[in-house]
Parts: sequence; C-alpha cells; structure tokens
Amino acid sequence: MAQIDPTFLALPARRLADAALGRARELGAEHADFRLERIRVASFNLRDAQLESATDTEDVGLAVRVVHDGAWGFAAGIDLTPDGAARLADQAVATARMSKVLSKDPVVLAPEATYSDVTWISAYELDPFDVAEADRVGRLTELSERLMAADGVDHVDAHLTHVLENKFYADSSGTTTTQQRVRLQPQFTAVQVDRSAGAFSSMRTLASPTGRGWEYLNGVGCDLDGEIAELGDLLAEHVKAPSVEAGRYDLVVDPTNLWLTIHESIGHATELDRALGYEAAYAGTSFATPDKLGALVYGSPVMNVTGDRVVDHGLSTIGYDDEGVRTQEFDIIRDGTLVGYQLNRHMAAQQGHNGGRSNGCAFADAAGHIPLQRMPNVSLKPAPNGASTEELISGVERGIYVLGDRSWSIDMQRYNFQFTGQRFFKIENGRLAGQLRDVAYQATTTDFWGSMEAVGGPDTYVLGGAFNCGKGQPGQVAPVSHGCPSALFRSVNVLNTKSEGGR
Amino acid sequence: MSRPQDIVERALGYSVADGCVVIVAETTEANLRWAGNGLTTNGQMASRSVTVISTMTRGESAAIGVVTRTLGDVQALQELVRASESAARDADPADDYAPLVEDYPHDDDWEADSATTGVEIFSSFAPALGEAFDRSRERSELQYGYAEHQLTSYFIGTSTGLRRRFDQRDGRVQLNAKSDDLTRSAWAGVHTEDFSDVDIAALVDGLHTRLEWARNRIDLPAGRYETILPPTAVADLMTYAYWKASARDAEEGRNVFSKAGGTRIGDQLSDLPLTIRSDPAAPGLTCPPFEIVVASDGALESVFDNGAPIAATDWIADGRLAELVRTRSWAAKTGGQPTAFAGNLIIDAGGTADLDSMIATTARGLLVTSLFYIREVDPQSLLLTGLTRDGVYLVEDGKVVGAVNNFRFNESPIDMLSRAMEAGRSVPALSREWGDYFSRTAMPPLRIRDFNMSTVSAAS
Repeated sequence: MAQIDPTFLALPARRLADAALGRARELGAEHADFRLERIRVASFNLRDAQLESATDTEDVGLAVRVVHDGAWGFAAGIDLTPDGAARLADQAVATARMSKVLSKDPVVLAPEATYSDVTWISAYELDPFDVAEADRVGRLTELSERLMAADGVDHVDAHLTHVLENKFYADSSGTTTTQQRVRLQPQFTAVQVDRSAGAFSSMRTLASPTGRGWEYLNGVGCDLDGEIAELGDLLAEHVKAPSVEAGRYDLVVDPTNLWLTIHESIGHATELDRALGYEAAYAGTSFATPDKLGALVYGSPVMNVTGDRVVDHGLSTIGYDDEGVRTQEFDIIRDGTLVGYQLNRHMAAQQGHNGGRSNGCAFADAAGHIPLQRMPNVSLKPAPNGASTEELISGVERGIYVLGDRSWSIDMQRYNFQFTGQRFFKIENGRLAGQLRDVAYQATTTDFWGSMEAVGGPDTYVLGGAFNCGKGQPGQVAPVSHGCPSALFRSVNVLNTKSEGGR
Repeated sequence: MSRPQDIVERALGYSVADGCVVIVAETTEANLRWAGNGLTTNGQMASRSVTVISTMTRGESAAIGVVTRTLGDVQALQELVRASESAARDADPADDYAPLVEDYPHDDDWEADSATTGVEIFSSFAPALGEAFDRSRERSELQYGYAEHQLTSYFIGTSTGLRRRFDQRDGRVQLNAKSDDLTRSAWAGVHTEDFSDVDIAALVDGLHTRLEWARNRIDLPAGRYETILPPTAVADLMTYAYWKASARDAEEGRNVFSKAGGTRIGDQLSDLPLTIRSDPAAPGLTCPPFEIVVASDGALESVFDNGAPIAATDWIADGRLAELVRTRSWAAKTGGQPTAFAGNLIIDAGGTADLDSMIATTARGLLVTSLFYIREVDPQSLLLTGLTRDGVYLVEDGKVVGAVNNFRFNESPIDMLSRAMEAGRSVPALSREWGDYFSRTAMPPLRIRDFNMSTVSAAS
C-alpha cells in the first residue's frame, strides 16, 4: 500500500497554512484557502532508440486565495516560511481590494462539510520515481529497438512522462487534506520514409495515459509489448492502403478514438464556467447553455454520460478537490438529455445546480495558479448487455472502423468538430476489408451523438484520456480520463485529408 | 533568498561532473481576467527555477543529466547538483551531444538585479478598463478578456566560463466584445513589453466598429474563397510552420520541408518577395540573444547549445526557403552550419497597405478576424485545420457588407504561401492561438487565393 511521500510530509505545511489563514482572518477575509503543492515530472524522449532527452522537474510552491469584501484575491510564491505565507495573504487581500471596484456580484461559496486532516492516495502499485532511471530508459530502449527492427520502420520516437503530484490544502472552515497522485503516459511512434517519393507515414501505439504506476509498462492495464509487436505490420499496411473516398459512412468508433470526441464535444461543452461565459475570450463558450438544462436533446436515447472524480486510475480522480470538496459521480446526460454541469463552489452557490453543492470540479495545475472549474472524468456508459465491437461492425454495410486519436479540433461553442485517427479499416458487408488512409470525420456535436445507434457492452469499455487538457488564462494544463465503449454511428461526413489539402 | 548570480556560482562550485550548465529563471507575473464587463480572476505570482545540466564524458560523446527544481531554499542546491550528476552517471550517451559553449565577448550586465513586476503594472490600465466597461454598458456590449504581464530574468553559467543573462518582458492583452444577446462577437489582441503603449479605449472602439459591421448577417456555404488574413491569423499559421522547421527532420525525410532526395531549401515557396526571419534584437519583440534550453528537442533545440549566440536569420528570403533550424550537434554530424531557433518571427514582403486599404481594393472576398483550435491534420503537407472566430466579414466592391457564418478551414501554411496574392504592411501582431507560448511576432495581412473554408460552423 502506497504512502504519502515522507519528503512531502516533511515540508512545514501546517505552520505555513496557520500563518496564511491567520493573516487572512486578521485582514477581514470572509474565506481563505491555502495550498502547498509539489509536482514532480520526469520526461524521456528517445529518437531511434537513442536517448534524446531526460528531464526531472520539480515545482514546489504555495498559494493563498481569499474572498475579501465579496471579491476574489489570489497570490502565489515559493518562500516556504511562515512570513512568506503571511505575505501571500497580504498580497491576496491587496488584489481582492483592487478587484473589488471592477467586480459585479459579491462572491459566495457553496457550503461543504469540514474534513479535518484527511489523507487520500491514488490507486497505483509502483511510483516510477522508485524505479532506477537506467531501468526506465532501458525499458523504453528495449521497446524502441524491437519496433525499429520491424520491416518498413525507418524511425521510432518514444516518449514517457510520469508525474508524482502532492497537494496539501487547508481552509478557513477547518478542512485539511493531504493527497498524492501518480500518473504516466508512454507513447511509441513508428515512421516510414520513402526518400525516392519524398513521402512519409507514421502510426502510434494506442495505450492511453493513465493513473497507474510503473506496472503499466509491464502489462498491467495495457499490453505495450503486444502493441509494439504488431505496429510495424500495421504501418506497412497503412502505407499501401487506398485513400478514402470522401462522403457519408457509418462509423464504428473504438474507445481509443471516441474518448477524445467525448472530451471535446461533451466534456468541454458541459463546463458551467464556459456555459456562463467566463472562458468566452479564450477557450470559448458552449452551445449547451444553462437555460437548456433538462431539455436539450444531446444525442440518441442510448447516450448516458457521467462526470466523476472517483474511478480508479482516472486522471481526474482525487479524494478532495482544490476547494476542499469531497469528489463524487454525477449525471451529465441521461437517455440523451442534458441533465447536469460540472461545478465549483462559486457557481454551485450562484446557479443553485446540484442542490447548491459543488460536485467537486475545482482544480489548479500548480501552486502558482488559481483553481478553475476543470473537467472530471467524463464517460459514456456501456450498454449492460451491449454488443461486442465485432457485433457492431457486423451491422454495417459500408463503413469505417476508427482506432486511436490523432488530430482534433472543435469550434468555440463546441458545434463543429473534425477528428482523424491512428488507423482506419474499411467495413464492407459487416466485415473489415483492409485499411484506408487520409480519413477525417467531421460533424456537428448534437447531429453526431444523435446518429449514435448503439453503444457496445462493458467488454468493449476502455478508459482513455489525456495529460494536456488546456484551459484558462494564465493557461493551465489538466490530466483527465474518459471511459467509453465502442459505438456505432450512422451516416457521418468523412473527408479525404489529401483532397482537403488540394492534392 | 540568495541572488541568482550566487546560485549559479555556488552550483558550478559544487559540480564534480565533466561539464556543467546552470540556468536560473526568476519569474514574476500579474494578471487580470474579466467577463461580462466584470473582473473574474486575478493574481500575482513569483517563482524561481534552477536547472542543472551535468555532462559525463563517454569517449567522443557525453551522457547528460538534466534536473530542474523550484528553489525557495538554497540548502537544496547541493542536492540538486548531485541529482543531476547521478542522472548523468547512469545515462547512455546523449543523441544530441556537442561540446559546451565556450566563453565569448558580449555586453550583458551580469551583476544587475532581477527585474520584477506586480499588479502595479496595471495602475493605469485597470481604471481605463473600468471606463471601457462603462462605455460598453452604454452600447449594450459585453467585454471579455485578459491582461498579463510577465517578467523573467534568466541567468546562465557554464563550467566553460560563460556567463550570460537576459530580462524577458512580455505583456499581452486580449479583448473580446460581444453584443448583449451574444450573437455578434469581435476580438483584438496585442503584445506589449510594459503596457505603456496599450490604448484600451481605441481597442474597444475598434471592436465596436466590427460589432456594428456584424448587424447584417449573411450565410455563405463552405468553399474556396479569396480571403484576407489579418496579421494575427498569419501569425497563427506561420508560427506553427516555424515550429516544424527542423533541418534534421527535413533531412531525414519526415517533415513538410522534405522532398524526394533532399530538402526544399532553395525552393521558391511564394511569388511574393516574402522574408520570414527571426532577430532577437527586433524592436518591441526582443527575446534572448543566446540559447536557453532546459530540455532537448533533438529536432529543434539542444541543452548542449545553452549560451550559444542566436543571430538574426532569414528562414525565407525573397519567397525562397533559405534555411531551417539546426542544432550544433546536427550541424556537426552533417557538415552544416548551426542555426538557432529564436523567440520571435517576423514576416515582411515590403507591402505598405493596411487592412483598410486591402479591404478597399477587394472586389469580393472574406475578411477573417482570428483563428482558433489549430491542429495538424497531415504532417506531410503540413495541412492544418481550425476555425474562424469572432468575425468573418464579406467584402464586396471595396466595402464590408456584413458578417458571415464561421467556417472550419483545412489549409497548409506552406501551400498557402504559393497562393498569397498580396502582403500588406508588417505590424506587431499577437497570435491568438499560440500567443501563450510564442507572443513576439510581426506579420503583414495576407490576401490568399482559394483559401479552403471546408465546412460551416454554427458557432457565433
């Protein structure tokens, strides 16, 4: 059983919190919270099985956020002394005073129970930082070399990032939490170059980033060895594959691709801060505005979507959010209808959703940044007795089976999206009939989800995800997972990316 | 806390590696964010990171250890140096090995204190913003946006005796105005070094003009249109192309600058007399005149090149591809000249027309405000997809006649250069899409023939 890293526990978190929260109280703040965070990131890149870069980065800092006279104030620094912490409280109150004149309605926070001195640790077996660096690089080298040896593979890019995240939180209501998460992302890309034609093609492994430890590289939760063994042949077939004919196709979308479509067209669209316009100038707004709650038909009746920060190995999973709220699971879409939003304490109080309680979606990516409303794991439910992927394919006369994420883009209100993938198989009369290339699928969110005829069963369910979900100004990056089954969509617009490029 | 100069010297003193580079980056920043004519979040932040790069000789090459820590407490410094050395000791030789940069003459004021910023940078900006909110309320318009000032002082020391420092000053303002029914939207963004040159009232008035243009709404289908890209959109597309301009990738046959048997260096990419260049000394866009690299990206940047001078470089000259980014290591392996990736990008074709005069000489075409969510679709052609945002206008007979629906585009910036019909006057421009990472650009507006507006977006 994992323990909170003793070197994090050795930091004077409680003394700093007392100094900051005490100072904020003296200055008349009606609410104050304090975070001490340490985020350690190791990143490795290998090019053709040679080490290109290995970095080990640690960010430690503290932050004080206040509500003072109804206005927000925030300050962050790196001076881990009681004086330094108290000074941040001074600065936070000073920024709140400056903001007051430009603010509209006074800030009120949704109530939350007090959790005094609780600890939470994510579900992993072995923190990769506890594996010798030579062994970590050795495993990447071994897999790279195996992939390099495959026929038709000219170059291999290998990448691994792993993170150890520690968060200490304390607030003026008496909640104190100490938490630890581990996550990692391995990726291998095979490249084939045809020098005489001046052409190149590539294909990447499908194993997703995950809230697991080093065991993931050794076959727990994914099969990297198996993926590496077949990637060379798949790339060789891809290189020779015919270019897709643009038009309408039925799609069977594998979870390794569908997670990203969920992320972009449901995850971001149901962030309440976006729907209320806080991101209007940057990440954008949402077509799913609060007046449509309970009425908007998001998709077909087989569509059921939840938000959660509790599932094992989920990248957004944690015990308590960055406002001291205990994490939960909640409905976002039920039987195809929009029924819920992602909330923080400010918006839960202001809008009254979820009975006026936050559903625990506040997150800051580092001590230096203010907590924003960030995405929980947003997941599409499988059908309890649903079909296998093969059975979904068997119901398609003329279609494409889509695997792996690649290019992605969606508009600022989350209507028009366009996705590519790692590999595409033609479906003819219910069977796979070889790969296609140059495929992109494009749709409007509600049309696409409305065209979802069937979701697969629990056996097809995979938790995908990303390390790099961006939002906010100053920009923040959040890890998040999305679980989903394979699913069948009818008559989706497919583009040929070569002809889009005028070639 | 100790001075960064002392941290550099002390860390180099602790080092027992064959070579060592120490980089200290001290950052202070302040920001304001607003939505619906009211402030939403704000903050100020201070941080200091120390990167120690240790090298251990292995025959003709060297292994390397790169460790970065936030350093509030100087006691942790020795441990940091040891962690870097231990990583280097355990590592295989680095793919991008090159000898550390030797000392050379320069004018840096090594001993000067770090420059800092704080919320006081907004002391005249914030009241002006408040007045802009008032004016917008009178016009039934809503203001959304963000202002940020960030100052980073970099200090680099090497075991080969080099000491260099640079103060990077970057500010950004992004403004988005909407009609109060949220159906019309407009955007403007600027880069600034110190906020003294930001005229918020003028920016807000400019957005008001565009919201008025949008009162007449015209639906157009997807298709290829003559399109005027404003400087910010040119910055969006060409910055991405710059990130892909690796000589190594091109020579290995794996980017858009490759061709059968070699690279496209020497090829004519545009009929316009376009120059695309970087120059660390460019006024208003100044960036470090030497390399600061905390993680190698073998195709573009190498930690071994830390401290190497960055010269002004023409990437494209007279419309012809002249040079690609080449690390010292790759240059040594291939017999080429190193050409460093610099922190700014400037495009100029000698044009003098501003956006208004380009509108005035348009028979029929689209005028874009900004682009959004740009992603690579096909690395071979560098086909990018993305969307128009906050205003696409139809121009007919030299006049804006109304606002058009938004589009998803699929276009390659490199192919696009061959269809560039006209370049206007080059001006400082903030990339909306990449300005978070790359904010120092000067671009002309470009008139593009047959810009591929691939599908219609319902977003407004």
